Amino acid sequence: MAQPNTNVVFAPWDDPAAKPIIQFKNVTKRFGEFTAIDNLTLDIYPQEFFALLGPSGCGKTTLMRMLGGFESPTEGQILLDGVDIGPVPPNERPVNMMFQSYALFPHLSVWDNIAFGLKRSNMPKDQIGDRVEKMLKLTQLGKFAKRKPHQISGGQRQRVALARSLAKAPKLLLLDEPLGALDKKLRNETQFELMDIQETTGTTFVIVTHDQEEAMTVASRVAIMVDGSLAQVSTPDQIYEAPNSTYVADFIGDVNLIEGKAAAAKGGMDVHWGDHQPPIHITTDKPLPAGAHCHFAIRPEKVSISATTPKAANVVKGTILDIAYLGNISTYHVEIASGVIFKAQTTNSKRLSRRTFTWEDEVYLSWTDTAGVVLSE
Amino acid sequence: MKFGRTLLVAIPYTWLLVFFLIPFGIVLKISFSDIALAIPPYTPTLKDGFWQMLSGLDLENYAFIGAGAVFAVFAVLVISVAMFQIVYPRVRRALIPDARYGVFDSAAAALTTLAVALVNVALIVALVSFLFPVLKSFVDIPDFLYFAAYLSSLKIAIISTFLTLLIGYPIAYGMARAAEHWRPTLLMLVILPFWTSFLIRVYAWIGILSTEGYLNQLLLSIGIISEPLAILNTPVAVYIGIVYTYLPFMVLPIYAALEKMDDSLVEAAEDLGCTTLSAFWLVTAPLSKPGVIAGCFLVFIPTLGEFVIPSLLGGSNTVMIGKVLWEEFFNNRDWPVASAVAVILLLILIIPIVLFQRNQEEAEQ
Amino acid sequence: MRRFSWFNATSLTFGFAFLYLPMLMLIIYSFNESRLVTVWAGFSTKWYGELMQNEAFLDAAWVTIKVAFWSSTLATILGTMAAYIMVRAGRFRGRGLFSGMIYAPLVMPEVITGLSLLLFFIAVDVDRGILTIVLAHTTFAMCYVSVVVTSRLVSFDNSLEEAALDLGCTPFDAFRSVTLPIIMPAVISGWLLAFTLSLDDLVIATFTSGPSSTTLPIKIFSAVRLGVTPEINALSTIMILLVTVGVISASLISRSLAIKAKADERKAEQQ
Repeated sequence: MAQPNTNVVFAPWDDPAAKPIIQFKNVTKRFGEFTAIDNLTLDIYPQEFFALLGPSGCGKTTLMRMLGGFESPTEGQILLDGVDIGPVPPNERPVNMMFQSYALFPHLSVWDNIAFGLKRSNMPKDQIGDRVEKMLKLTQLGKFAKRKPHQISGGQRQRVALARSLAKAPKLLLLDEPLGALDKKLRNETQFELMDIQETTGTTFVIVTHDQEEAMTVASRVAIMVDGSLAQVSTPDQIYEAPNSTYVADFIGDVNLIEGKAAAAKGGMDVHWGDHQPPIHITTDKPLPAGAHCHFAIRPEKVSISATTPKAANVVKGTILDIAYLGNISTYHVEIASGVIFKAQTTNSKRLSRRTFTWEDEVYLSWTDTAGVVLSE
Repeated sequence: MKFGRTLLVAIPYTWLLVFFLIPFGIVLKISFSDIALAIPPYTPTLKDGFWQMLSGLDLENYAFIGAGAVFAVFAVLVISVAMFQIVYPRVRRALIPDARYGVFDSAAAALTTLAVALVNVALIVALVSFLFPVLKSFVDIPDFLYFAAYLSSLKIAIISTFLTLLIGYPIAYGMARAAEHWRPTLLMLVILPFWTSFLIRVYAWIGILSTEGYLNQLLLSIGIISEPLAILNTPVAVYIGIVYTYLPFMVLPIYAALEKMDDSLVEAAEDLGCTTLSAFWLVTAPLSKPGVIAGCFLVFIPTLGEFVIPSLLGGSNTVMIGKVLWEEFFNNRDWPVASAVAVILLLILIIPIVLFQRNQEEAEQ
Repeated sequence: MRRFSWFNATSLTFGFAFLYLPMLMLIIYSFNESRLVTVWAGFSTKWYGELMQNEAFLDAAWVTIKVAFWSSTLATILGTMAAYIMVRAGRFRGRGLFSGMIYAPLVMPEVITGLSLLLFFIAVDVDRGILTIVLAHTTFAMCYVSVVVTSRLVSFDNSLEEAALDLGCTPFDAFRSVTLPIIMPAVISGWLLAFTLSLDDLVIATFTSGPSSTTLPIKIFSAVRLGVTPEINALSTIMILLVTVGVISASLISRSLAIKAKADERKAEQQ
């Protein structure tokens, strides 16, 4: 979440003086024999929009439920503003949660749902009304205040759930797959609304999702979880452009992974792969030691496809096996002589009828020396 | 929060301990006591001191009612049911080695199941009936009444469960196949009798079945019979009464099983070459099995200890253990024997109850 | 599409005739002029009049209603608690015994329950009367209530309660202001079930009642043993009609509520 109106980049995680709002300190959670969270350490900073992303069963929901107070860590500590919140029951935490199912109280109106938490706080009665009105306005629900949850649409329900969890102005808002129940079009619109609301209220958001596009869109930082551990915690662009492992590279978006051996080269390194194939040149200031086993990862859209030999740092020759036409883009599956299949993506700026390549064509694939990354694990 | 939870658990728990478990302990204790001309009419009691009381307990009542023989018969019964489970698949496989799902095969399958089931029921009933005199000569049972009552309760419970299934299944099947908007109404029609008084529903049959009752009037007027039939105060009336009052308990679980069945399964079976009948037999029937089993237990278990139906419709000729217990307690005032009768009945019921619960758990998964 | 064959139609016709004809006969003959119940001698409502004059029946009816009210209310409270424990309390010591005690009375022959409670009341030296019947009925009816409420709680979305806790409710407050209102229909049907079971019960009431506390089923049973009488027919008719009206209106109300909810949802999605 880059803030467009200021020149200062929002990046408290790079600032050693910044104080985190949430700290996980060596947290482990076991359910019987099963370890859901394995010795996890993580800092989340105020006003962040933090996304937990991972496949189902990776422990992201458990992590969030521990923040909400519905699970307690088996080992380790969770600090909120420097205070251990382990013994604090959910109803006394300054943390609110938006549930995946929305958990709207079906017997109460939209208004009463939003006022529910306020009525249980110390807020004087006359201020409750104002606060609810403010929330209704924020989420554009004004004319639905008197309706019951089953009398409004899915998108409106989602906004009631958001308004309800924001009403108490929590220090931290947890969102469990908040857009999971919406259809794709509505989801895209709502993502931006969520970001606006987060910015307006300045609340720290922690969102759990399995939808990578959603995480990349809304989050200031994304944590990729796998088997109860964090695979990588970084900004969306870093996650995409500089994944730290083949797992992350493969999990986010589409990628070509080429197995090979590192070799020393001027200004960077080479990756030797396949028989009779030229080594891949990479410019980097952190080359791997020569002889190390590694993977070269490159996104398909960074691979160019051409009929004649191009001038580029890396060029390979192959045959088109398959073309996947997706409307705005096309993905070409190109078989390199050694049996490796490469994916290359081009934007369809021309009409389909005037397409340059077709099946069985001999083509050249090329990419620059900074387009990909080398991964040691 | 911790305290609140403890309190929440403690209240109903204590209630059930006091009004359910402890009373059973008392029944158990009295079943080991002797009858006495005192208030309360048994000895020893706690007034004699705890150890004195313990040493005064014995198994006399159980010997008196022939508990050993009851258990012997029950064991034979359980074994024969288990054998059915083993024998039936083999018989079926032997008769229809490779099913071609034609009309002939499905009819054969239906007949086989029916035949094996009937043979099984007949075997059990024959066993129960012929075992009495044999056992009587082998086992020394001081009073044959109780033993006979247990056996006849078992016999009545088994036969009436089978009859209820025979009548209940087509009703449940018809309901499940009725148009969607009709089903809630049909369901309500089945549930409605369940809410109306049990006693009144049994009572309604007295007027129908008595010698000058509506049924005899009807049959005489059409000329089917020339003499009124004696149905009331015979076991037949008891069977009718049980089938009538317990029919909803059979229909509801079977309907539930059939209703949630995917229609396309039957269509797929027919698409793959089944006739309507063989599709029923190979797809619908096996899928409704959990419902059938649940229904059978729901009828069998309460019928075994039934009191109202045999005492209103069965007359003095029908002996059932619930009625015997009642009379022992209220008429003979022999509390220790009544308690022993209750304990044995409970022990017999434990097996079907455990089987029933296992069936329910399997169905839920 | 399911095909409804002539076989289905026949079995339904005969099945429902079997279920309803006996009750219908009872109702028709309660309007019979003659005391000879099986011979029709013209229409009359005189037996209803005589029933209203019968002090013993009226007293018994009043006792029955009192017993049914108190026992079903107690049973609903205890049964709802028991259901909540079974679904939500997780593990606690003695859970196995608890679930056994909850389900056992459902399949226990009434003669055994009645006998054991009577022996218990005698052992602790409690005078038998309305109180003992209420205690006995509460014990077996709470198990039915807990089954009804449990089946509702199982399908209850746990996150609703978590949301209430998250918004500042104490566990008790969450139950009172969120869970209870939502499961209320099940609690009410549990109460109605307990009430009917108590109204209906003969065996347990006979064991646990005293000389001064005769309930209607006890009264009916002793009258019926001597044969069919037109007063009992009239009484049965009243009871059958009350239940029928109750059940039908309950099902109509719940169906129209369901239809309205569905219509609301459709309208909401179209906005």
